[in-house]
Amino acid sequence: MMLRLGRWFGWAYTGYTFLFILAPIAASLVFSFNADRFPSLPLKGFTTEWYGGTFTDPLVIEAFQRSVMVSIPVALLSTILGFCAAYCDFRFDFRGKSLFSLLMLLPPTIPAVIMGLGMLSYLSRMSLAGEVWAVLISHVVIALPFAMAMIRLRLAQMDSALEEASWNLRASPAQTLWYVVLPFCKQSLVAAFLITAAVSFDEFAVAWFVSGLNETVPVRVLVFLQGQVSPVINAIGTAVFTSSIFLVAIGMAFSGMGKAKRAAAEAPAQPAAGALVSNNGLSL
Amino acid sequence: MSSNSSRRRWPLLLPPLLWQLTFFLLPLLFLFVISFWSVVNFRLEPDMTLKNWDFMLSRSSFWSAYGHTWSLALGAAVVTTCCSFPAACSLAFTVSERTRKLALMFLVVPFFTSYLVRVYSWQAFLADNGIVNALLALVGLDGLPMLNSDFGSLVGYVTLALPLVTLVQTMGLAQIDRNLIEAAHNLRAGPVRTLFEVIMPLAKPSLVVGALFAFILAFGDFVAPTYLGGGAPPTLSNLIIDTTKSGQQWPRAAVVAIVMILTLVVTSLAAVRLAYGRRK
Repeated sequence: MMLRLGRWFGWAYTGYTFLFILAPIAASLVFSFNADRFPSLPLKGFTTEWYGGTFTDPLVIEAFQRSVMVSIPVALLSTILGFCAAYCDFRFDFRGKSLFSLLMLLPPTIPAVIMGLGMLSYLSRMSLAGEVWAVLISHVVIALPFAMAMIRLRLAQMDSALEEASWNLRASPAQTLWYVVLPFCKQSLVAAFLITAAVSFDEFAVAWFVSGLNETVPVRVLVFLQGQVSPVINAIGTAVFTSSIFLVAIGMAFSGMGKAKRAAAEAPAQPAAGALVSNNGLSL
Repeated sequence: MSSNSSRRRWPLLLPPLLWQLTFFLLPLLFLFVISFWSVVNFRLEPDMTLKNWDFMLSRSSFWSAYGHTWSLALGAAVVTTCCSFPAACSLAFTVSERTRKLALMFLVVPFFTSYLVRVYSWQAFLADNGIVNALLALVGLDGLPMLNSDFGSLVGYVTLALPLVTLVQTMGLAQIDRNLIEAAHNLRAGPVRTLFEVIMPLAKPSLVVGALFAFILAFGDFVAPTYLGGGAPPTLSNLIIDTTKSGQQWPRAAVVAIVMILTLVVTSLAAVRLAYGRRK
């Protein structure tokens, strides 16, 4: 009886936790259609005025184009570099390997203001600060660890006999990499591409420091936030949220959620840390 | 074989290594360098002076910002850990594998919504005439001032850290061998005793690592203390932004940044020791 009560209490509590996590997201969706300029209750009526205002604001449009222009090369570069780093960590043993992995994975733990200041002062010596390039470079640094972690998880599922067989069949290491390893990682590469694109599309702090006048979408949102109450924020937020969830959903589908689900029934919980880790589960 | 392997690894090792060295490690080291430079006519001049360190570290306003940031981040770590623990227990022990996966997926959703937009949304909840006070008025309670206070900052920090902490805790708890819990039960340990003497010691690494994540996130965040906390008294990240943006005093901001990094390094080492050291 006690136990059952505790269990129900636990579920109710968990429900409230999720409510807390999802409430601001839901509220921003609701207020983005609310006729009142000020986000308060009771709601005043339905409008799409804020969306209209958003999508015709030249600053927002420019920022959107810039964000897309930055996030695609960022995703491409971080996925390639992330693959190299993940494969080195998986395949080779060398002195200082743990230092190498630490260096690769550390950036997300450095507070964004510090990264921003460091990047700003460093890149301005190279006359890059205030350029779109600066945003691109900083975002690769921040996104690379995510790509590396996702690809490394996939490599952990690879039977090492697969590579050995390929070498025995006289494939060169490069051929093995191209014809065996890369196809094996294909899904996680696509997933890493989409998720690093989402990371770049969402990053505001470092971009705010280094972008100068070249605002990206989240930097524009920050500028709106610094100004007055602006329902436009909700409209942009909802639009960006919808599109990044779309990207991430595709990413997850590619990273083999389906397989993970099937395997989960037989396999015990997987020791793993980090946000994206849980979605890879076990397969094979 | 070993020389062969070393020849093979360089083409893969070098690109990411050089990238992170050039664009991650060097910028951070450069911060240390410019903390000794000076600003002449709004321009950065190479120098070898301690006056930035002296300027920042001798001000009481710096140290009160430091104390404020530290206690806010510690508060965020404690509050987030306590808030997410019951939910993590519930998800780890009382639901099916399928439900847990689904719940964990929902925990990942916030990572892909703009933190800025969520903070803006919280303003609508916490404002004096906001949603929470409207709900309080419905049940006949007086409104509470919540926005522009440390409470507001904490709400922001918890928003930022709660999903990640719950995720880490749930995964830690789910790995506990159920037989140990059964054994405690068979030995007549009550639920409370089992929780404190079996489950929590076994889940200690995930509890500490989760709390550390919350601490790091809160310590460096400038959005919550600015837009929910009201920006006064400032936190260290507020201080960095003000010093960088308004005063062009990058060397002084670099001093603050280095103090922050050192604090985070020491805290992380202590936390890792607490989590994985002295294990029986």
